[in-house]
Amino acid sequence: MTIRLEGVSKTFPGAPRPSVDHLDLTIEKGRTCVLIGPSGCGKTTTMRMINRLIEPTSGRIIVGDTDVTKGNPVELRRHIGYVIQQIGLFPHMTIAENVATVPKLLGWPAAKVKARVEEMLALVGLEPAQFLARFPRHLSGGQRQRVGVARALAADPPVMLMDEPFGAVDPVVRGHLQDEFVAILRRLGKTVIFVTHDIDEAIRMGDVVAIMQDGKLVQYDTPDRLLAAPVNAFVADFVGADAALRRLSLVGAAEALEPLGAVVGGLELPAATNLRGVLSALLAKGQDVAVIVDGDGQPLGQITLAAIRARSAGTAPT
Amino acid sequence: MLTWINANPKIFWVAVQNHLWLSAVALAVVMLIALPLGLLLTRHRGMANLAIGLVNILRTIPSLALLVIMLPLLGTGFLPSAVALVLYGLPALLLNTYTGLTEVDRDIVEAARGQGFSDAQVMTRIEIPLALPVIFAGIRTAAVQIVSAATLAAFIGGGGLGELITAGMANFNFPQLIAGAVAVALLALLVEIIFAGMERLMTSSARMGAS
Repeated sequence: MTIRLEGVSKTFPGAPRPSVDHLDLTIEKGRTCVLIGPSGCGKTTTMRMINRLIEPTSGRIIVGDTDVTKGNPVELRRHIGYVIQQIGLFPHMTIAENVATVPKLLGWPAAKVKARVEEMLALVGLEPAQFLARFPRHLSGGQRQRVGVARALAADPPVMLMDEPFGAVDPVVRGHLQDEFVAILRRLGKTVIFVTHDIDEAIRMGDVVAIMQDGKLVQYDTPDRLLAAPVNAFVADFVGADAALRRLSLVGAAEALEPLGAVVGGLELPAATNLRGVLSALLAKGQDVAVIVDGDGQPLGQITLAAIRARSAGTAPT
Repeated sequence: MLTWINANPKIFWVAVQNHLWLSAVALAVVMLIALPLGLLLTRHRGMANLAIGLVNILRTIPSLALLVIMLPLLGTGFLPSAVALVLYGLPALLLNTYTGLTEVDRDIVEAARGQGFSDAQVMTRIEIPLALPVIFAGIRTAAVQIVSAATLAAFIGGGGLGELITAGMANFNFPQLIAGAVAVALLALLVEIIFAGMERLMTSSARMGAS
């Protein structure tokens, strides 16, 4: 479902200025939009207004073709998946009961709930037989977050809100979860709003990234454009001095192949490497050309140092 | 002591019965007041500070003073004794109910609201079950306090095992005095053991279990 925010503002009682200030934002159906910015920029407030955990002061929020600022907020939340950093699994309920939360609230028949719970656990990579009867405290941080996502997906909501969902897990697990959940959410066609303060996570997860500052939208672009053409010094500073490197990490070697030149020998890299990895390998080996090979070691093409430089210097593809 | 009980079984068992009845009524009233009030206070934080301040003052008043204050207000007998015991047992349960509920992890409550629990569902399915161990500990404390303090009800004609003690003292009847004192001590201990057992049962049924 497409989500449209139209002139949305939120001023908390007693606050000198609005936390979110006349925000207009459209997230196309099936896309993942990452809201990012420094603390206090209004990103979390913006997300929480979509499921009305915070009521906007003014403006309209339209999900699909319904203005969600009207109607029953409790009913609304049952149709929007919600994952938070602290996960918030219910400690007195089993994993099965946790995942069954929203289907039960919606009054699904027991057999359907049971089948759905098992399906969801399998989807997030947890063996149902092994986890159904366990309690949250028996699980690792990464496993808990998987359950948190399974719970949010259980009633098949078209929209998912995710508030720094991977902030509490260690970096290695975080990387796995990011890749895995991007794939799952894309496959399911969910429209996702994802809040983070980590620019690497933003460019890894987002189809589009909205950078916010002082309650206002500063730039709303694809990760590549954001890195290649920041609109002002604030964004440039936020995406960091190594924006060029981050941009390279968005491009897979397979997308940047040139025809094989004269045999150069030496460096061979798998097609799954991204350009940042290719560059790093070239620099490490003191080479100018890397041959990209498929899974069987057959050469697919090559990438030269010069080509990477040219790509980095060029304007962003649209 | 046992000889005295054997010689006066009727007096002894009536005293035990009165003691238990007085305590049970007081505890029941404490629960009827403190549980809903504690719940209500979590919804009105401003009122909560005032109420907790008052309850803390109440807590510093010695039980005997509380009972004697009832004399000019309500006279002697069962009612003033029960009222005094209610006031005496109330703080423990009210504080535990309030603290237990407010100390439920806010992230869990937030997650529950975000999944689409209504306010009433958040209370009955999340907050109360998670606060139950603390609330139950409050019931146990109040019960033991009330059973012990009920001994003093004899001073204002409330009956109970305290009567054996006061009568024993007045008549220099040491076996009677000891019978009353030991019975009260055992009773308090018994209440503690029974409620602790119930608490363990509740806690494991709330399934927080040992980790």
